[in-house]
Amino acid sequence: MIALLVRDLRLAFRAGGGFGLGLAFFLIVTVLVPFSVGPQSSLLASIAPGVLWLGALLACLLSLDRLLALDWEDGTLDLLATAPLPLEAAVSVKALAHWLTTGLPLVLAAPVLGVLLNLPGPGYGWLVVSLLLGTPALSVIGTFGAALTVGLKRGGLLLSLLVLPLYVPTLIFGAEVARRGAQGLDLATPLLMLAGISAAAVALIPFASAAVLRVNLR
Amino acid sequence: MTLSVTDLGIARGGVPVLEGLNFSLAPGAALVLRGPNGIGKTTLLRTLAGLQPPVAGRIAGAEDRIAYAGHSDGIKPTLTVTENLAFWASVFGHAGGIDGALAAYALEDLAARPAGALSAGQKRRLGLARLLVTGRPIWVLDEPTVSLDRDAVAMFAAAVRAHLAEGGSALIATHIDLGVDAAILDVGAFRARPRDLADFDGDFL
Repeated sequence: MIALLVRDLRLAFRAGGGFGLGLAFFLIVTVLVPFSVGPQSSLLASIAPGVLWLGALLACLLSLDRLLALDWEDGTLDLLATAPLPLEAAVSVKALAHWLTTGLPLVLAAPVLGVLLNLPGPGYGWLVVSLLLGTPALSVIGTFGAALTVGLKRGGLLLSLLVLPLYVPTLIFGAEVARRGAQGLDLATPLLMLAGISAAAVALIPFASAAVLRVNLR
Repeated sequence: MTLSVTDLGIARGGVPVLEGLNFSLAPGAALVLRGPNGIGKTTLLRTLAGLQPPVAGRIAGAEDRIAYAGHSDGIKPTLTVTENLAFWASVFGHAGGIDGALAAYALEDLAARPAGALSAGQKRRLGLARLLVTGRPIWVLDEPTVSLDRDAVAMFAAAVRAHLAEGGSALIATHIDLGVDAAILDVGAFRARPRDLADFDGDFL
């Protein structure tokens, strides 16, 4: 399992690995928002948590179509499916590698980009907490979408359509935590919902991903 | 433990391609599959490797004992030859190191090179070297000699002979003579017959 994680991380950082794609997209979105909505700092402050969450979610979505497609094209998935490693473990490790190379950089970049959107002071901590809790769910659900569409040529459109509705609960509660945090409101309920969604996704979805992958490899 | 196949029927995309297959593969033995293109050799090998379920019959002695090598080699172009092999060695929990596998296919001089810079034949040699680091007793190989030159075919034949001598076995779909002592199974005789649809309703048309 560690070998697969190390290999995926290594591939992400080598030439053409796609590391930084999501991060660059996140940066572009948050830099352009003030230009498009105008410079009123009160307006920016009120939309900042939602914009940052939406940017992080779309940045995550952007890198999903490479998650399993490359391994399918060069036959690695066939060989992994016949290896001693259970497919459930393989997809979990691939989701973890995706989170480490896409989700975690977004979490770390978010407070810096919050400055550009005039995020209120108390919001920074809760923004990081909400993204830290929510992005693992995005990676795991995204892996499920990638497993569903593996083998389809140019499956990115279908993948986005399948995954977006599954992302909605995470987005609602994640952005709600960040918004209430920024306004200094009570946020226990959305925080617990977000943590519950993430925990359930991480625990259950790898089994679904492995099952659809087995069907798709036939 | 012998790999034995009883009355096996296999399908590709829901259409039965082969049926009534019976054979067994004892340790130390090799079996070469022959048959025209499209008859279902690849489907048979994928079924044995556990990548798809059979539609009829039984496969015994295959679980977790098969090293499968298909048309593509599972090589990452941005990793070096050594990194590619070491990855598969650790996935399969092979403790013996990868030096033997590199030597068997004369890959030592290419070891530090990114696999994307290899020629088609060199990539295939790397793909076949992977079999040596799996430590699995049954090799299931689909057209293993594609794009290999004459010397590389000889290396492959030597590797298969060494594997058989150690008590391993091999099931190979190939059309060239490897010079390995192997039984030949022509799967053309097991082509699935079209089924009569008992409940076909002609009035529907």
